[in-house]
Amino acid sequence: MIFMYLTKEEERMLDGEEGYAVKKSMEILVALGDIYGAEKLISVGSVQVAGVSYHNLGDAGLEFLNELARDGKVKVLTTLNPAGMDLKDWKKLGISKEFAEKQNLVIDAFRKMGIIISCTCTPYLIGSLPTYGEHIAWSESSAVTFANSVIGAKTNREGGPSALAAAFVGKTPSYGLHLEENRVPDVHVDVRVNLKKLSDWGALGYCIGKKVENKIPYITGVKDADLDELKSFCASVVTYGSKPLFFMKEITPGSEKHQLPKEKVIIEDRDIKDAYENIDDDVDTIDFVCIGCPHCSIKEIAEVAKLLKNKRVSSNTEFWVATSRLMKQLADKRGYTEIIEKAGGKFACDTCMAVAPLKGRFRSVATTSAKGCYYSRHNNMKTRLGSLEECIEAAVRGKWS
Amino acid sequence: MELKGRIISKGVAEGEALTTSQPISFYGGVDPDTGVIIEKGHELKGKKVKDKILVFPNGKGSTVGSYTLYRMKKNDTAPAGIINKECETVVAVGAIISEIPCIDKIDISKIETGDIVRLENDAVRIEKGRIPR
Repeated sequence: MIFMYLTKEEERMLDGEEGYAVKKSMEILVALGDIYGAEKLISVGSVQVAGVSYHNLGDAGLEFLNELARDGKVKVLTTLNPAGMDLKDWKKLGISKEFAEKQNLVIDAFRKMGIIISCTCTPYLIGSLPTYGEHIAWSESSAVTFANSVIGAKTNREGGPSALAAAFVGKTPSYGLHLEENRVPDVHVDVRVNLKKLSDWGALGYCIGKKVENKIPYITGVKDADLDELKSFCASVVTYGSKPLFFMKEITPGSEKHQLPKEKVIIEDRDIKDAYENIDDDVDTIDFVCIGCPHCSIKEIAEVAKLLKNKRVSSNTEFWVATSRLMKQLADKRGYTEIIEKAGGKFACDTCMAVAPLKGRFRSVATTSAKGCYYSRHNNMKTRLGSLEECIEAAVRGKWS
Repeated sequence: MELKGRIISKGVAEGEALTTSQPISFYGGVDPDTGVIIEKGHELKGKKVKDKILVFPNGKGSTVGSYTLYRMKKNDTAPAGIINKECETVVAVGAIISEIPCIDKIDISKIETGDIVRLENDAVRIEKGRIPR
């Protein structure tokens, strides 16, 4: 029995009139809608699909994508999360031929579906920019948090298959963060610290994520924030435990509509210090440095180029700038690529430190990203979180200081 | 005994129940090649789910778990059916794409490991402990 209201057209899709992919998609959407008590399906403006790295999908995931690709075509603007490798220069990043072949088959299936092979966790930087209040169905947790909290669009955190289902139908069940009644802050976070460098935003995300686990924070005390800082904060706060929505006073559109929640948490300097202590390992030799989790903006790439100019990355250290293909093309034109590559750095387009098959390749990583540290520990690396300057210095010296 | 629930994934399945009161994470918690539960500290650790009616309160963990269930189906290591107290996204999507019958909103305390259980549409029929334990 179906509890959710379906239009005649939606019923026909569920009956298989538009083929296998749409039928399977409708089954997924209806089941999720019923589980979470949705009244109906709503149209989405865009979709962002995670579950792209062959490392996570395996052969079964690939097989499922191939089955959907036989007759599935997306109905709305749909972009992809990072893959397990740079789709062009995978050899340079030390990816095996066997992995590359499988990863390419995954990409072929997505391409057949009409999805833009953007392979980025920052769709909002490459042309999929939602508007305030728009319903979307995105997967990548940092992008979901950014869309909800910085832009004021509305999305749940979709899994790979449920995002694909939304793309084939052009709709998603109306529940969770699509409904205004569920977008209400339930804890006041009073930030009483001065954020000095980019990694401090990741550390702040760690503190808040841990303290407000599974709640929606209303954050006060943050004076101003630029795009890169918010991007880093979004990635960290959701990785370390909060819901993929926060309200930041005078930054989140619509935050003025909400009252301060009664429950209150204070973040002080010692919390930030504790965050660094928890994220950092006691390690000095650094054999991997990665900037770009989430993917670098063109401004961040410019900063990397400025700091690396006329320097040389240590021969014992691998240095990656993870970004989207589009940002790299911009960097090529502006001369940043040449500077970074001349210094011995590498661009890692289409992929990132969280989804590339890195287990066992490096012993330690230095990065500006608190989220990157979380995933690197899963890959058995020791971690160091620091400013861009500190990370570039670690890359040049092969040591953390 | 017959219990009524909510259909998550349609179909008919019959088998021996494997029951736990703990949530299951398919991604990382179950080996898709063998169908053995491998999560540290889980009360079903070391148990095979293949061809069983797997009875647990709800799924947990990464959404990649949906693909793990699909991979188990293809590897012939998947459970024959799934019964949940409250189904969530990972298991629901996994069961649908793998075409494993799945029902939720069932009082799972009524089903013990070893019971013979039949899932048909929204009904669960239970024959108590025919298999000696």
